[in-house]
Amino acid sequence: MSAVGISPEIRLDALDRRLLNDYQQRFPLTPEPFRDLAGALDIPETEVLARLTRLQTAGLISRIGPVLRPHRAGVSTLAALAVPPECLDAVVTLVNQFVEVNHNYEREHPYNLWFVVTAPHADRLHQVLDEIERLSGLPVLNLPLEEDYFIDLGFELRWN
Amino acid sequence: MELSTADLALIQALQAGLPLTRRPYAAIGESLGLTETAVLARLEQMMAAGVIKRFGVVVRHRALGYRANAMVVWDIPDNEVAELGHCLGRYAFVTLSYRRPRRPPHWPYNLFTMIHGQDRDAVREKLEMIVHQCDLQTVSHQVLFSTRCFRQRGACYNHTPPAWPLPPAADPPGGLVSIQHPV
Repeated sequence: MSAVGISPEIRLDALDRRLLNDYQQRFPLTPEPFRDLAGALDIPETEVLARLTRLQTAGLISRIGPVLRPHRAGVSTLAALAVPPECLDAVVTLVNQFVEVNHNYEREHPYNLWFVVTAPHADRLHQVLDEIERLSGLPVLNLPLEEDYFIDLGFELRWN
Repeated sequence: MELSTADLALIQALQAGLPLTRRPYAAIGESLGLTETAVLARLEQMMAAGVIKRFGVVVRHRALGYRANAMVVWDIPDNEVAELGHCLGRYAFVTLSYRRPRRPPHWPYNLFTMIHGQDRDAVREKLEMIVHQCDLQTVSHQVLFSTRCFRQRGACYNHTPPAWPLPPAADPPGGLVSIQHPV
């Protein structure tokens, strides 16, 4: 099972860094948002688009879009499995076959596989968890969000 | 704010991100039968109502050199969890602070935070700092570093059932793995 998210090193200049850092919130909700960025950065709109395309292709940008408050559209939960290491690849494949799984990480802990399940409604959510439990033969630790204390202001990138 | 079917469709269409074209909102609208003006108005409303926490660039921490990522879980007395959750949620390097249920006997932790750093030592340093600043020296906690990411993408809220047939539980009895309980 190959891991995702590791990109070859790409060289970032000051403009790339600004594109990554400065527009994590308040991205313009205007008809031509990239033209607004171009104005702010004093470069042509075509260059903004080319740079963002490059950053996205390189895997540094996941997407430009909304980050939702949990549980406003659909329901979700954090779930964990304690998978014997020799079965991990097979269980990852099993878990990832569900389109409802949008995050899936291995962590150093007896509970070593952690994934987020998001579904349109609770019935489907529980169906997915039940299926994962049935197919893997492992009990699922189901840890739904009860309260959110985090104000998401984006992630502050520090450059060395 | 009640989300309409059109709102949900719009959110879903945006989970893959804005298309990188001159009029991205018009392009999104076109796929949904909405005008550009309607798309922008709906997004503004969802921002104002707090349905959307933020709108913008979502970066991949790992690819940007933040290769160490720890989920730190805390066992905090129920009457203090809100205060401490807010305290932890304020740091720029903390990207999540959630209360979740305990699941005794295997899982006593009720507060989940995520800390990112360029390496594990950087994460440990930050952890030490927040333990000190939020007065958490006596609170039991565990640090779960991530080792591999198998999937990270926007959520899928409104999909049809999977197109592929689910495989039968092939490995009897009880599925793929025979060990039933975590240590």
